Amino acid sequence: MSNIKKQFWWNNSQHRALFFQVLLVAMLVGFFWFIGSNTLTNLNNRGISTGFGFLSQVSGFGIIQHLVPFDETYTFGRTFLVGLLNTLIVSAVGVVFATIIGVVVGIARLSNNWLIAKLATVYIEIFRNIPLLLQMFFWYFAVLRTLPAPKQSWSAGDVVFLNIRGLYLPEPVFGPHFNYVFWCIGLAIVATLFISRWAKRRQDLTGKQFKTKTVGMGLIIGLPAIVFFLVDASLSWNMPALKGFNFQGGITVIPEFTALATALSIYTGAFIAEVVRSGILSVNSGQTEAASSLGLHKSRVLKLVVIPQAMRVIIPQLTSQYLNLVKNSSLATAIGYPDLVAVFAGTTLNQTGQAIEVIAMTMGVYLFISLLISGFMNWYNKKMLLVER
Amino acid sequence: MRKITWSIVAVVVALFISAGIAQASTKDEVQKRGYLQCGVSTGLPGFSNPDEKGHWTGLDVDVCKAIAAATLGDATKIKYVPLNAKERFTALQSGEIDALVRGTTWTLTRDSSLGLNFTGVNYYDGQGFLVSKKMGVKSALELDGAAVCIQGGTTTELNLADYFKENKMEYKPVVFDTHDATAKAFDNGRCDVLTSDQSQLYGLRTHLTKPEDAVVLPEVISKEPLGPVVRQGDDAWFNIVKWTLNAMIEAEEMGVTQANVDEMKNSNNPGVRRLLGLDGIGGKGLGLNDDWAYQIIKQVGNYGEAFERNVGMSSPLKIERGLNALWSKGGIMYAPPLR
Repeated sequence: MSNIKKQFWWNNSQHRALFFQVLLVAMLVGFFWFIGSNTLTNLNNRGISTGFGFLSQVSGFGIIQHLVPFDETYTFGRTFLVGLLNTLIVSAVGVVFATIIGVVVGIARLSNNWLIAKLATVYIEIFRNIPLLLQMFFWYFAVLRTLPAPKQSWSAGDVVFLNIRGLYLPEPVFGPHFNYVFWCIGLAIVATLFISRWAKRRQDLTGKQFKTKTVGMGLIIGLPAIVFFLVDASLSWNMPALKGFNFQGGITVIPEFTALATALSIYTGAFIAEVVRSGILSVNSGQTEAASSLGLHKSRVLKLVVIPQAMRVIIPQLTSQYLNLVKNSSLATAIGYPDLVAVFAGTTLNQTGQAIEVIAMTMGVYLFISLLISGFMNWYNKKMLLVER
Repeated sequence: MRKITWSIVAVVVALFISAGIAQASTKDEVQKRGYLQCGVSTGLPGFSNPDEKGHWTGLDVDVCKAIAAATLGDATKIKYVPLNAKERFTALQSGEIDALVRGTTWTLTRDSSLGLNFTGVNYYDGQGFLVSKKMGVKSALELDGAAVCIQGGTTTELNLADYFKENKMEYKPVVFDTHDATAKAFDNGRCDVLTSDQSQLYGLRTHLTKPEDAVVLPEVISKEPLGPVVRQGDDAWFNIVKWTLNAMIEAEEMGVTQANVDEMKNSNNPGVRRLLGLDGIGGKGLGLNDDWAYQIIKQVGNYGEAFERNVGMSSPLKIERGLNALWSKGGIMYAPPLR
């Protein structure tokens, strides 16, 4: 006992490690605290306003496209929401169309038909290799400018109008009992999900197939339709009409939105096509041949054998493409589409002058959206992984 | 976009590292560097626009030149930094430019909460509307429901909202980054109306495919005093920029021109002698050479000359002096006495 040297705590390697961890964390916190307080002091010294108080000030400017009510009497905080929703909707539309284009063109490029395969190749090589900004200018300043002036609008049955100021559609006006119909749609979707799960289990157990699609469609369309007539839900339409210089009423799809969504879908679609092609090629041709020799039809070979295996290669790359699309949507400002960067990091930043707060919020939002997409795609990827038995 | 991002990064970094360190004086920095960094527009005829040889010209550019002439004795020692409306304040705050002369409207918010100071007014403007003649509109009050092309990040955007609201009219704002894109969209027929400061409308009209088909409406819906801007907290530099402009106006009032400035050195008029630094305080208060104002007039000219050359009757814009005439000639251009 007495000949053992006294143990100090730093002689224990575990304690030492812990000590350094704590030291590092303390230094990091100190560093960020220093940066934060230093920035605030300096902003203050220079007479630049700080803080998020500006979010509740009245904005005083208009925004052409807003999915939530907005006019110049709303606050700067509201401009953030309007810009965010505009970014989200153009990204969502872009993702959907880019995926459709990508899958179709990707499969077309592998087609045995020479013409289809070559057309797909030409499409991919052209749109993948021209900068996105130039494509946006092309759609906006070259293609959409050929549309007629409001008074010479093209119309489909005097219900839908198209001119250089946008696409005008009738807007549905829901009557007081219409919420029953929405409830029924929700109910039908949930029911269909249950049916499909039950059908799959039954097929796994007994091999009997069930026409889930037909039944599901019948439910989703039929149930709300019956309820619509039963509760006498009134539905009227707010028609666009030419008043003064422009069409008023109805839903307006502004050309900036069309140009941006088109450019994003076509550009990203070209990349997704290559992703899809690489995914399909990654499936050994022996798989296709084996499936064919079992007598499966070509479309069923694709659906049941090739695609499920290809998805494992496709999904991680698809995630990157989706993330790129969302971030690329910030180029909107060049063609006057009011997205988050144009409205919030543009006009709002300029009117309030609070660059640090505004840019931090904007960056935070893009980070959050990207992480959200990433998280979802990772979950989907896990689901699609080859189940090893 | 990249530029603005980098400017913001620069602001943040500058703010981090400048803790406790006294700001070096802008005047000393400019003189040490040997040239002035002047923020101008990305191209606006009459105010700041590169000519076919790439030389910047315009009324705003002449103010930049005058500042360079006063501080460096050479009106050509300037690096012009073209900025769009959104980038301009960040560029000035971060020190990327020494002075901003870019048709910037003097407002309370900008003067008090951006860490900037306005040094005066070099052009009294007001917001107007440009419409196509085909529309047959005679007054801005007939513009209900119109689509309006506009440059983002300007006071114009706010005035427009105020004006339409006040008159209970609807409008659809289509917002672009640059003068060019705004004019192009108007030209394509995307909008019924292009709105901006009136002086800019005349300039932008020359960019249209058929300038004669567009007409500026008579209404002026706002006050737009445009002037040079500097960073807050450097009073010496603030004084130099302020008095540079005052000297140009004073010179016009005294009848001292680029052509006769040397001859005027023999004048007995005490005001002229003080202006040219022969008597009185000269450049001591500003920390400049005594002939600072002489250099401005010799190399750039007085305010009236700059006006005529760039936006007045001898320019394609043909804008009347109006409010921008001297106070003694029916306008409101007035410089405090140089003594």
